[in-house]
Amino acid sequence: MVDGQIQIQNYNTGNSKNNWDLNKIKLKHKTICEYEYAKKDIQKGYANRTLYVNLSNGIIKEKKVTEEMKKLFTGGRGFGLKLLWDSIKPNTRWDSDENELIITTGPLCGVTQYPGSGKSLCLTISPSTDIICDSNVGGFFGPYLKFAGFDAIEIQGKAKEDVIIIIDGEKGKISIETAPLEETNSHMISEQLTQMYASENNDESKQKISIVSAGKGAENSYWGCLNFSFYDIRRKYPRLKQAGRGGLGSVLRNKKIKAILTKVEKFDGVSNNPADAETLAKVGTKLHREIRDLDRYQCNMRAVGTVHLVEIMDDYDLLPTENYRFGSFPKASKLYSPNFYKLFTKIIPDGCWHGCTMACAKTVDCFTVMTGPYKGEKVTVDGPEYETVGCGSNMSIWDPLWILEFNFYCDTYGLDTISTGTAIAFYMEMYEYGILNKKRCDGLELCFGNAEAVLEFMHRIARGEKSDFIAIASKGIRRVKDWLIKNKWGDTHIIEECGMESKGLEYSEYVTKESLAMQGGYGLTLKGPQHDEAWLIFMDMVNNAIPTFKDKAEALHYFPMWRTWFGLNGLCKLPWNDVEPRNNAEIDDPSKVPEHVQNYVDYQNAVTGWDVNKEELILQSERCYNWQRAMNVWLGRGRRKDDWIPYRSMGPVTVMEYISRKDRYDKNLIEKIGISDEKIEKMETEEKIKIIYDFRKDQYQKLSDAVYYRRGWTPNGVPTPEKMKKLGLKDTKMLKMLQDKIVKDEKAGLNNWGGNYKNKNEKPNNGIKYW
Amino acid sequence: MGIEVNGRKIDWIENESVSKLLKRMKYTFPLVVVKINKDIVLRSEFNNKIIPDNSKIDVVHMISGG
Repeated sequence: MVDGQIQIQNYNTGNSKNNWDLNKIKLKHKTICEYEYAKKDIQKGYANRTLYVNLSNGIIKEKKVTEEMKKLFTGGRGFGLKLLWDSIKPNTRWDSDENELIITTGPLCGVTQYPGSGKSLCLTISPSTDIICDSNVGGFFGPYLKFAGFDAIEIQGKAKEDVIIIIDGEKGKISIETAPLEETNSHMISEQLTQMYASENNDESKQKISIVSAGKGAENSYWGCLNFSFYDIRRKYPRLKQAGRGGLGSVLRNKKIKAILTKVEKFDGVSNNPADAETLAKVGTKLHREIRDLDRYQCNMRAVGTVHLVEIMDDYDLLPTENYRFGSFPKASKLYSPNFYKLFTKIIPDGCWHGCTMACAKTVDCFTVMTGPYKGEKVTVDGPEYETVGCGSNMSIWDPLWILEFNFYCDTYGLDTISTGTAIAFYMEMYEYGILNKKRCDGLELCFGNAEAVLEFMHRIARGEKSDFIAIASKGIRRVKDWLIKNKWGDTHIIEECGMESKGLEYSEYVTKESLAMQGGYGLTLKGPQHDEAWLIFMDMVNNAIPTFKDKAEALHYFPMWRTWFGLNGLCKLPWNDVEPRNNAEIDDPSKVPEHVQNYVDYQNAVTGWDVNKEELILQSERCYNWQRAMNVWLGRGRRKDDWIPYRSMGPVTVMEYISRKDRYDKNLIEKIGISDEKIEKMETEEKIKIIYDFRKDQYQKLSDAVYYRRGWTPNGVPTPEKMKKLGLKDTKMLKMLQDKIVKDEKAGLNNWGGNYKNKNEKPNNGIKYW
Repeated sequence: MGIEVNGRKIDWIENESVSKLLKRMKYTFPLVVVKINKDIVLRSEFNNKIIPDNSKIDVVHMISGG
């Protein structure tokens, strides 16, 4: 025990108690279908089979994982892509019967010796983007799914009434049961099902259960997230982590799934059955010690989690405020990490999977809910993380308690905090300009800072209210842009350029105006503007370390590939670079944290028994990354036009934004565009905005050119058959599809560089049809 | 008189330590590597190491984020 640590038996959350007649609820269940399977041990990180469930026709079956599948797709997100390719069609949309919801694990998922090894990867066709969305999440479900016998679960079809899917690793049985009486909102149904399905009424049994659910908000919006539970023996309560992005929870509820439950017979430190347990323990122990000794002097993740970023982002003008108009704000200090540290329950280990020393999943216990159906109740709030606080600043909400309220309801309603917060921030700006107003917003005064209106908006979504505004606004920024433009309620330019979405997905919470590489890190992505592919702002804007297009393109090759690798293996990326070895500064290429990269080489080899090197880790990712891009092309997107981003992420849209950073933009006109001081003095702000607008848009096109070329894609962003073959991907259906699309693009005149080059040698390549 | 920090020219201040320079630049991020004319300055020396005039400083922020 650490000095001051609370004994398990002495800790009480102080939360409201729920008393349900669980027998009555369970008696209402009707078994729709069952399937028994042989229990098997995990072999070197793999269960060697996946589980297929079809809710329309009741088919449940096992699919074998072949050695070829491991070689080409590794696991996790890679397996998900392969399963989707085999099951959907190019015209499949999010609510099509054949769309799948896939939850995968990865060969390193479930290891307890190395921090950050409990991630699940979830995939589906997104309602927001009409292409594949992948999202990672902690909690116990992924490891338990594997220990129950499966590397992935693939759910197709739709149930006729609300159901739960039970994967019982104790009995070796899958069952689908109707669930008419259970709550839908996640903090309630997780607690109900944990109590109902635990073999015995004790913590040990409850800890062997994990539940995936999404609440009423997911049911009525495109922002549905999946909540993954992990039973906390200290709080005696199932806590939640979220697979947030892309509407996975909306797909879950569209399939009429109330929850997916997995239960294990046992799990321990060797359940993943590594090939070389000794090396695994050695490499894990080294990182545990590093985190224990150094975290408090570096990111302080163990004390405050990712919230430590708030003050840093504010200092560097990167914290989005008032819909990304600004990157810092006088009131931002109210949301700095010490203010949340005061609220977090301390001296309780907070990992979302066993053995994670980083333990960044912070919690506020006994929070009194201020609005909505749970008003007055005391609850545990998981979080907030940086992104959720960033949503607060983006909506100009500066009270930590309202951030907690927003966080709690987003989670239990199954709403992605990022998409919800970013979209509302846009609606607020439109409200300020009069493009939206009280009447158009269904009576809500959705102006910056009005936290009560934000919560009321969310409650109305959860209640399924059908007014025009709630119905459209709950589908996200893209649909609202179309609605505002169609009704001619405002300037199309302002509406298009201020709404922070790309591909239909809302941005996460970083201001990118001064980092071209990070603009690409958001736009030149597979699923949309989420920072999990690359976070290059410091490297680009502050360090000035990647000044040329070629440098930026190299970073936009390496880092997305590297970060993709975590998703193939069931890992969290945080232990890679949110703590660094003591001597990291003294070695070459410190940004890549080379010692940790070597850890991962040793780690994967120790579990799987392979003999790979660091280059092969990148190759594993490159195969899956290109496969996913090719699938986006197959689904009718994945081209240059789809990688476009709103101008708010490139520069100042409005006069107020320009004036707020006048020195910076005037300097930009002088140094980057070559306009004289004297001329600038005489220019109107609107004229200066237009010049920067044209310049920065061209910069983004040139960046796209360089990145596509580096990735081995056509100038319209399509992976070439040659590139795929080079990566060992020889699926004839896919290669033919790509060739056909490239020919079609060629005929349409789309295989041209996008940048405006004065000198032809500036182009990435002058070869005729190099692709 | 002047120094260059991450490729950008700024004024040199007499007796300014690495810690004070980081404060002046508002570089609050904890995971930084500082080099003066390509020589690494250990974190333990940030308070005592004085920035010489005409020097080229690299303040490398490790990626983090997200």
